[in-house]
Amino acid sequence: MSSVTPKRDSFARRNLTLIAPVVVFLAFFGIGGLLFRNFFTLRVLLNLLTNNAFLGLAAVGMTVVIISGGIDLSVGAVISTCAMIIAVLDRAGIGPLIAVPVSLLFSTGMGFLMGGMIQFFKAPPFIVTLAGMFFARGLGYVLSLSSIPINGEFYKSMSYMGVRLGNAKLTVPAIMLLAAVLVTWYLLRHTRFGRTAYAMGGNEQSAFLMGLPVARTKILIYTFSGLCSGIGGLAYVFYTVSGYGLAALGLELQAIASVVIGGTLLTGGFGSVIGTLVGVGIRGTILTFISFQGNLNVYWTPIFVGTLLFVFIVLQRVFVAGTVRKK
Amino acid sequence: MTTANSENRVQSAVSRAAASIRRIQWPLIALGVILLFNLIFTPGFFEISIQNGRLVGSLMDMLKRAAPRLIIALGMTLVIGTRGIDVSVGSIAAIAGSLAVLVIRGGDITYLETQGISTVPILLVIAVALFAAALCGLFNGFLVSTIKIQPIIATLILMVAGRGMAMLFTGGYVLNFDHPTYRALGIGDFLGIPVPIIIAAVMFILISLVTRKTPLGLYIQSTGGNATASRYSGTNIRLILITVYVISGICAGVAGIIFTADVQSADAAYIGLWIELEAILAVVIGGTSMNGGRYSLAGTVVGALIIQTLITTLLTRAVPVQYTLIFQAAVVIIVLILQSPRVKEFSFRRQGAAVEVQDE
Repeated sequence: MSSVTPKRDSFARRNLTLIAPVVVFLAFFGIGGLLFRNFFTLRVLLNLLTNNAFLGLAAVGMTVVIISGGIDLSVGAVISTCAMIIAVLDRAGIGPLIAVPVSLLFSTGMGFLMGGMIQFFKAPPFIVTLAGMFFARGLGYVLSLSSIPINGEFYKSMSYMGVRLGNAKLTVPAIMLLAAVLVTWYLLRHTRFGRTAYAMGGNEQSAFLMGLPVARTKILIYTFSGLCSGIGGLAYVFYTVSGYGLAALGLELQAIASVVIGGTLLTGGFGSVIGTLVGVGIRGTILTFISFQGNLNVYWTPIFVGTLLFVFIVLQRVFVAGTVRKK
Repeated sequence: MTTANSENRVQSAVSRAAASIRRIQWPLIALGVILLFNLIFTPGFFEISIQNGRLVGSLMDMLKRAAPRLIIALGMTLVIGTRGIDVSVGSIAAIAGSLAVLVIRGGDITYLETQGISTVPILLVIAVALFAAALCGLFNGFLVSTIKIQPIIATLILMVAGRGMAMLFTGGYVLNFDHPTYRALGIGDFLGIPVPIIIAAVMFILISLVTRKTPLGLYIQSTGGNATASRYSGTNIRLILITVYVISGICAGVAGIIFTADVQSADAAYIGLWIELEAILAVVIGGTSMNGGRYSLAGTVVGALIIQTLITTLLTRAVPVQYTLIFQAAVVIIVLILQSPRVKEFSFRRQGAAVEVQDE
């Protein structure tokens, strides 16, 4: 919305949906620091990045898709299948120089095909990406039904490697996530691709009539989401050093929840990838909270996430209603 | 006079039936093709024998397995008819199923504790489970109709939180139980027909009657077609939306009961997992448009049967189970392409002037 409004709002107003998640994140983190020893540390913060890297990468791609008014349900399945492809190739003695490009080619190819179907057959994104999810999951199962360990030296060293900061470590998956967030932020804010995505989410018809390359951008958006999932698959490999067909089950919904908690409007046209990073952080903090607490049942996680989702969506409604009335 | 009248009525009924069949011709053809394939290549696929007073055979097994998915898909059809979607049905099934088992066990969640035969009245069990499911539906309906959140997100909340709740109810354990009447809902038979099939048939008839004999069906279509226009013409959109989400919740609850009765245990992590996607698939394959305003309950029945027939066919042909997902994906893509405006345009152009627009 803000990209379309000609009048410049105040910084706080423009970024209200971003400020809210940041405040919640800081509050959670602060409360954790008050309640538990060793919670308010760089180590916990960096671990949040590492533990949620592949979810975050999927959520980054999902942010662009949702901003453009679509949805991508295939991300979890694509992550798991990409990791599976690398694992299977590794087992066959094929090195990362071939395996990694093959898995990325698969994920971007999936995204490209799904985007093409959505564009050319005018099929609903929900159903097309659902079919994509089935296909990718099915392919993962066909490759192997059990978890495959990865023995390649490259992957092993990548899982150890990282930048040491005191007793904390910025791992490779964490760096991948941060890099993806930065690149996507730039793409969304400062390129024609990003502006077209926002315009499509605002109103696809008018974006088309304005002469924006809607068809090309739509296919590119899903391709980009596929690429993000592929990188997510790589992050998964660096994180677990294995491939598993049942990995990242239900991740797509967690990614959507993170995007929404991060302040991106599901109606499209408004949102930011920085918010998504914060949204992923909030979800991760809740998980850390529960593990620090010790005797709180882990089944509370989905309930907390669901409640947060509810609160944020209602806040969004109030926010959107407010801006509409202001006009 | 009366004969002419009744003749007219018969005629209009026939033409209406013909029209509704024409609307679901593609799914019917697809189902026919799969069945024909089995008729030729799978010996004994259509054989039904009577053993111990019950009908046994591939077909019965298929119908029985399709039943819970079909029941959820029926509720989903109405929701999609209003241009909505309900992704929380799997979690609602888990909540209903685990609550039912909890009531049967008298609230005892000790893992692997074998209790004797439970004597909790079956009606109480069903009432608690369905009441909880209806409440979940009410929550969804409230979010969609009153707070005006997009359906996929509104129901996402309960999808995420609901499974957590179900896990809390059961303590995360697989709870087994022994309750002969409840068990019969999943594996029993009545007049030789497995009970789940009967439940599915009853639900289909009930929902068809409610949507046809009351204006509900009309209102659902008008809400899905153009919500603003129907609000201005006096439709109580809020009530319609809440009603369809409650119906969808109850359908999910019924399916949850069948799931737990079938395996005589409650595993909250797996009851109805992914069922929302399969149900949506059944609805879409059955020819109901995701854009709302037009739905077909009969189409959904055919859609659910297509999915199950496909799965059973693959299994009986010894295709490894891991390939079924790929086949399902292929079916979705074929159906999507067949239903897409581009293909319709193409086939209409080939027919020339004799374009039949009735279908639109």
